[in-house]
Amino acid sequence: MIKKVAKHIVQNEPLLFEQSSPGKRGYQLPPLDVPAVDVEKVLGEENVREEIEDFPEVSEFEVLRHFTRLSTWNYAIDLGLYPLGSCTMKYNPRVNELVARTEGLAWAHPYQPEALSQGAMEVIAALEQALVEITGMDAVTLQPAAGAHGEFTGILMIRALLETRGAPRKKILVPDSAHGTNPATAMAVGYRVENIKSNARGMLDLEVLERAVNEDVAGLMITNPNTVGVFEENIKKICAILHDKGALVYMDGANMNALVGVTRPGDFGIDVMHLNLHKTFSTPHGGGGPGAGAVAVAKVLTPFLPGPRLARVGDQWKWNYDLPQSIGRVRAFYGNFGVLVRALAYIMAHGGNGLRQATLDALLNANYIRKLLEPYYEIAYKAPSMHECVFSDDWQAAKGVRTGDIAKRLIDYGFHPYTVSFPLIVRGALMIEPTETESKYELDLFVDAMISIAKEVEQNPELVCAAPHSTRTSRVDEVTAARRPVVRWKPQSSARQAAD
Amino acid sequence: MSYPGNYKYTKEHEWLDVDGDQGRIGITDHAQHELGDIVFVDLPKPGSNVTKGHSFGSVESVKAVSDIYAPVSGEVLEANDLLSKSPEKLNEDPHGAAWLIKVKLSAPDEAGGLMDAAAYEKYVGAE
Amino acid sequence: MLAAIGLNSEDDLVSYLPPDVRFDKRLPIDNGKSEYEIVDYFRRLGTRNGNGHPSFLGAGVYNHFRPVLVDTVVSRGEFLTSYTPYQAEISQGTLTSIFEFQTMVCQLTGMEVANASMYDGSSAVPEAAMMAVRITGRDKVLIARGVHPEYREVLRTCTQHQGMPVTELAYAKNGRVDLDDLRHKLREDVAAVIVQTPNFFGVLEQVNELSHIIAAKGALLVVVFTEAVALGLIEPPREADIVVGELQSFAISPSYGGPYAGIIATREKYIRQIPGRLVGETTDTDGKRAFCLTLATREQHIRREKATSNICTNQALLALMATVFMSIYGKGGLRELAEQNLAKAHYLASKLPLKFDAPFFNEFVVRTNGTPPDRINTRLLDQGIIGGLALGQFYPELSDCMLLCATEMSRRQDMDAVAHAFETQ
Repeated sequence: MIKKVAKHIVQNEPLLFEQSSPGKRGYQLPPLDVPAVDVEKVLGEENVREEIEDFPEVSEFEVLRHFTRLSTWNYAIDLGLYPLGSCTMKYNPRVNELVARTEGLAWAHPYQPEALSQGAMEVIAALEQALVEITGMDAVTLQPAAGAHGEFTGILMIRALLETRGAPRKKILVPDSAHGTNPATAMAVGYRVENIKSNARGMLDLEVLERAVNEDVAGLMITNPNTVGVFEENIKKICAILHDKGALVYMDGANMNALVGVTRPGDFGIDVMHLNLHKTFSTPHGGGGPGAGAVAVAKVLTPFLPGPRLARVGDQWKWNYDLPQSIGRVRAFYGNFGVLVRALAYIMAHGGNGLRQATLDALLNANYIRKLLEPYYEIAYKAPSMHECVFSDDWQAAKGVRTGDIAKRLIDYGFHPYTVSFPLIVRGALMIEPTETESKYELDLFVDAMISIAKEVEQNPELVCAAPHSTRTSRVDEVTAARRPVVRWKPQSSARQAAD
Repeated sequence: MSYPGNYKYTKEHEWLDVDGDQGRIGITDHAQHELGDIVFVDLPKPGSNVTKGHSFGSVESVKAVSDIYAPVSGEVLEANDLLSKSPEKLNEDPHGAAWLIKVKLSAPDEAGGLMDAAAYEKYVGAE
Repeated sequence: MLAAIGLNSEDDLVSYLPPDVRFDKRLPIDNGKSEYEIVDYFRRLGTRNGNGHPSFLGAGVYNHFRPVLVDTVVSRGEFLTSYTPYQAEISQGTLTSIFEFQTMVCQLTGMEVANASMYDGSSAVPEAAMMAVRITGRDKVLIARGVHPEYREVLRTCTQHQGMPVTELAYAKNGRVDLDDLRHKLREDVAAVIVQTPNFFGVLEQVNELSHIIAAKGALLVVVFTEAVALGLIEPPREADIVVGELQSFAISPSYGGPYAGIIATREKYIRQIPGRLVGETTDTDGKRAFCLTLATREQHIRREKATSNICTNQALLALMATVFMSIYGKGGLRELAEQNLAKAHYLASKLPLKFDAPFFNEFVVRTNGTPPDRINTRLLDQGIIGGLALGQFYPELSDCMLLCATEMSRRQDMDAVAHAFETQ
């Protein structure tokens, strides 16, 4: 029985271009207080464009309605549990949105004088300090724009350090359970990638690792807890194996929300790691960005951090550009500052104890779901779960129903699907991460939905395979989209015209 | 779909149809079935060389990419133009119209080590 | 709930962590603050920054008015608190708006395809360079010194281990790319020539002429822009092979350097070499128009170490801001906005000694005639005005020059004050 949602009228809406007509306008500029210029004369005739062909012409109210109608076609955390494993979809406190719009911060130009940037620099310093404490590392850079960008920054620093020791070495080890960004990052820094098999408990296999580590290995990229939601219990040993051979350990901090206040990577031997501020520290995902990928390093790597770095001179913050060993900039300016403001506000609202409590609540919620679903779905690994639990669709596959089908059926029950078919080491994975911000009421609704679907698989598998049945848009034809890509609108030529 | 008796087959699911010092290369019906709906085929330009056992191109479905390995070495004479416009032909006629490349064999002996149709059918049956 | 899972206390949740990795201390972070305390803290920090000062800084980040609707739209939880639109059936809002974004970026730049956005303009530059290397099979990159200095630095950082030597091109007396230097350095092994227009000095490059020189050698032309408002008025770089840029000007607040929205656009034939997310049009099972992420096999989560890039996120919410901005201004408004910028900048420039004589949009380089630029800026700051960018930090040979920017937000009396500060020697 579907409890969370009921049928509801949804507005149709054409593209903005299809609502345009000449002369409609949604803007008004103040009158010029200086003389107008002759555009052709000032720029040269050849440099002046004709009007922008097919650019929209609509009224202000039409713009508002258009995007409001589109918004109703989205699922969002604000509507309910968003159990995407590894993605950490938690409540985005609105006070963070408010403070990020603080006039003096939001409208600060990155090149305005340092004397007029002390407030912004204080935000960066305070967040760096908080993240140093949370990770147990020695220093933090907030420059990278996203998690993958942070990985790239981290591996560049490893390479720079090894070069000072004589040679950059040749390869990076990556467990087979890793996110795809890890191997892609290693390649971008000029390393070969060697995959390391996981053992039967879903953890890194120590024996395989020991055999793989030699003088050619620059480092290991490890996710902890890993992508099956399991803490690498041998993490200290793992770090020691790498360090013994002069290699370094990079930790993908995608799952740091399972560790905050409970354990610290700096204490168990990690050399460099990134934090996805848009996951652990609740800055909004915004439909796919912006993120921010803070990178924390152990002392040995601090000379290589990207510049500029903050420095305290008297009672003022300064930017220090004199960093002879730095890997250089990874992006313009100082990072996704607006995201940093939100993350700092989140940390302030929680405080040290609150951050630890958030971790424990996240673990509790994940284990609650695991316990209640274990009779209905096969748990992939028996090892204890941290902040997420991973099932396989083995039992349902016998009826011809796969993880992707169950996920689509979940939509009919009013939930966003869990992460489908990842990690790759689990056949037909269902990866579920509730986060700490869900109440027992919402968790129970979700569990009821999953159990109900498991029963449907037994009784009426076709119903599940054809899902979703209740959305405005039914299953989309991704094959045609990829065979004949149409990635922009053109007048009339739109081969697949709106049928609505 | 049956496997043509005059073709040779690899463990990576390519087929080879030898005609004198030339050969046509494709992927098997088993391979296209495993991949699902094929959306894109990436093939080498005529004039380039392929080496036995090495990847010379790839076949993509919506969510997967598979490398294609050369069953023999040689120079590419032609890449099948049909597939750039209609990759779905690879699902429909993998042993015929949807061949991938034609090559001039540089070491015709290499074809000797490949499976015949009966051996390949047994191989995919056991897989 | 603890009882439901057979545990006695919260500590049992972490009891399996090896004792030697457990953190038993208290994090040294102050106790949780109330909403009011948090708002007050950031408000106070805001007042320690420049706050409402008129500013003549540009240099890659521009002060334009943000129409109110932009914030109204991006504050909707359905956009703000949704994830990447992998589940197309319940993500059509985000997917449709990105499709509109991709279309508008193409219309604006004169390109045929655009992706769903990049981190920012600077990180899009190495992505374009690597794309050109993949397409041409060559390895060298030339980049004009008129490209934003920090963008050039990012290119060097990101390509240093890719076997891609980067060489810089001098600028000529008029502030444009030095064509002799280009012809001299443009050999058969060059994959890409990267120029910016309007360039860092505010000057328009002659894209058409450059494209003929570059195409003749088989290299690709990559055009960068940082001031998107210019594209409302100036001829877009239609002859480019790849266009990358920054849409901060389109309703994204300067926010001390980010987050912004980068773009990458190119010709249709290179679509499979473009990095990052792409939205495509298709139909659902009922034949209705629908959108989905497409050509995902280029990306890291499928191709892993063979991906076109390690990029994972785009800047969806910022791209949405830019989309709403473009929708509100539209065809006529973007041009009128650009014309106002042009008029204001030329009003201010007419009172000052210019370094370069090529046409410029809303930024220009001024000679300070012996007075250190910092002294002029200090004079202005005494009147509560933030002046221009002293160029010496990026171009030692231009240590007596300042980059000034005027936008539709610049008031006549403040511009007069700037001119006056230059006169007072």
